[in-house]
Amino acid sequence: MSTASPASLGDEATGTVPAARGGGRGGRGTPPPRTPAARKRLLGLDHGAWFLLLPALLPILVLSVGPLLYAISLAFTDAQFGRTVETDFIGVTNFADLRLDSLFWESFRIGLVWAVAVTALQLVLALGLALLLNQNLRFRWLARTLALVPWAMPEVVVGIMWRLVYHQDAGILNKTLRQVGLIGGSAENIDWLTNLSLALPAVILVGVWAGMPQTTVVLLAGLQNVPHELTEAAQLDGAGVWRRFASVTWPALKPVAVAMTALNFIWNFNSFGLVYVLTQGGPGGQTRLPMLFAYEEAFKYGQFGYAAAMGVVMIAVVAVFLTVFLRKRLKEDAI
Amino acid sequence: MSGTSSLGAPTARTSAPSAGHGRRRTLRLAGRTGQYAGLLCYLVFLAFPLVWLVSTSFKSPQELGRIDPTWLPQHPTLENFRAAFEAQPLARSALNSLIVAGGATLISVALAVPAAYALVRHRSLVSTAANGWVLVSQMFPFVLVIIPLFLVLKNLHLVNSLGGLIIVYVVWNLPFSLWMLQGYVKAVPVSLEEAAAVDGASRPRILRSVVLPLLAPGLVATLMFSFVTAWNEFFFALVLLKSPETQTMSVILTRFLGDEGVADLGPLAAASVLATIPSLLFFALLQRRLASGMLAGAVKG
Repeated sequence: MSTASPASLGDEATGTVPAARGGGRGGRGTPPPRTPAARKRLLGLDHGAWFLLLPALLPILVLSVGPLLYAISLAFTDAQFGRTVETDFIGVTNFADLRLDSLFWESFRIGLVWAVAVTALQLVLALGLALLLNQNLRFRWLARTLALVPWAMPEVVVGIMWRLVYHQDAGILNKTLRQVGLIGGSAENIDWLTNLSLALPAVILVGVWAGMPQTTVVLLAGLQNVPHELTEAAQLDGAGVWRRFASVTWPALKPVAVAMTALNFIWNFNSFGLVYVLTQGGPGGQTRLPMLFAYEEAFKYGQFGYAAAMGVVMIAVVAVFLTVFLRKRLKEDAI
Repeated sequence: MSGTSSLGAPTARTSAPSAGHGRRRTLRLAGRTGQYAGLLCYLVFLAFPLVWLVSTSFKSPQELGRIDPTWLPQHPTLENFRAAFEAQPLARSALNSLIVAGGATLISVALAVPAAYALVRHRSLVSTAANGWVLVSQMFPFVLVIIPLFLVLKNLHLVNSLGGLIIVYVVWNLPFSLWMLQGYVKAVPVSLEEAAAVDGASRPRILRSVVLPLLAPGLVATLMFSFVTAWNEFFFALVLLKSPETQTMSVILTRFLGDEGVADLGPLAAASVLATIPSLLFFALLQRRLASGMLAGAVKG
């Protein structure tokens, strides 16, 4: 709102610019340093900026801000798919129902286990790989290229591919385990994705495989911004590998790692396609992430209002997690 | 390793400094070996599912039915690729994906370029709010995005149509494109624009002849990145596209899965390989820019 007055002032001011340019600054050579206001005036941004911003801000307002506010309001109604009767405002009934919905909370618990496990493993494995790729090793290019592939692949293909790997009879995992003797000669092959206790870990592994490369690439770029002189100086001072990492590399890398971890957590918690293709939430709901649950509620049973309420709860949880996580990081930095 | 330590041993008696040297060399060699072992583990972990997918796509039905699967196809065949096109409207779905991803990318980037420029050069409350929204919108679960859009598109009779999906993808791509492009705009020096303004270039002229050429590489990267995200997208397409003629590749692929466990593995693998090729090509071209683009948005923003 406060932008309104500078903008209108700018309109008047721009009128004087050509005169100033024509007469005032006659001298050649380097121009005097400009204040931000003078800079804006010179480039005509004060009134021009709105014409540039509007084409993008309008769609964001109409198509992004609007629908999301609409979605949040739907959480307080009994909206249903294909219903001809008008939808009614029902207050917090959806949330009251959700509170007692043990299936949803079970799915929520699974979602948190999945998101925390995948995010943590992604970070650790990606950091290891990024550190290796930052060394002058042979075959580094191969690893770099391979690390990009999972990132580029469609989620659905990643899911299909791992279904082939985990396949009970034709899968390579069971065959390899049998070869190294981990599955005995007469024992039956393991059906990874329908086993009640193995399905979630198996799915988490796929999540790590799919998400690790992106984290690696970002961390690697962060590593390359760590000043080389610093690590060399530390080495000359006799700092060991661990010491160099802990007191030179990690502090420089930390902002990138924290930002990436926060993003990964959000993405993982809202993940859908991988698990949908791998298990469809089975066996017995053991891998039914909150997103799968809400999807079924909305598009299988048509409960739009109830599903929207689930979405609102999911945002709340992500927001709380992020606040706690980021505040802790920021405090550490302050000390 | 044992060779170095035995070489180091005799010198250890003669003088202390060289003993330290020898030990350090052993340590360094051990470190190198460890690094290569680590790299090998990563390579295996990253590569083995890919090898398996490609290998499966070239196996004959007889080979796929064997109790004891082999790593590589014994008699490689293209039969699965032919069968894949027969089993599902694969070519049609590829065309659908191309239309949707291409359309959404062009629209969202065309909207995002001027906005990114204005947000970077015109710092104000609006730009702070817009950037805040870009971050906040990342937190919203897809369900919450799709329910209202589904209702709106239903009223416009755009459910089960490519146009409707393009609208959804524009909404969904816009924040990220805006984010990435802002990083590239920041890298364009303001002094160049000022010089052009002093020389009397008009505003559109400055944008066209100074900013846009410098922005081109970043622009191409953003275009490719948002194309790949739209090409790979699954959830929105699954919800919005109901008939096989309109479905995109991601959705068609899941039709190969059929009922639980009875999937025809060969054509499934073949179709998956085909669906991955466009994204892989773009990523290969994009390689170098990916990290810098993400970083520019993440850290400088």
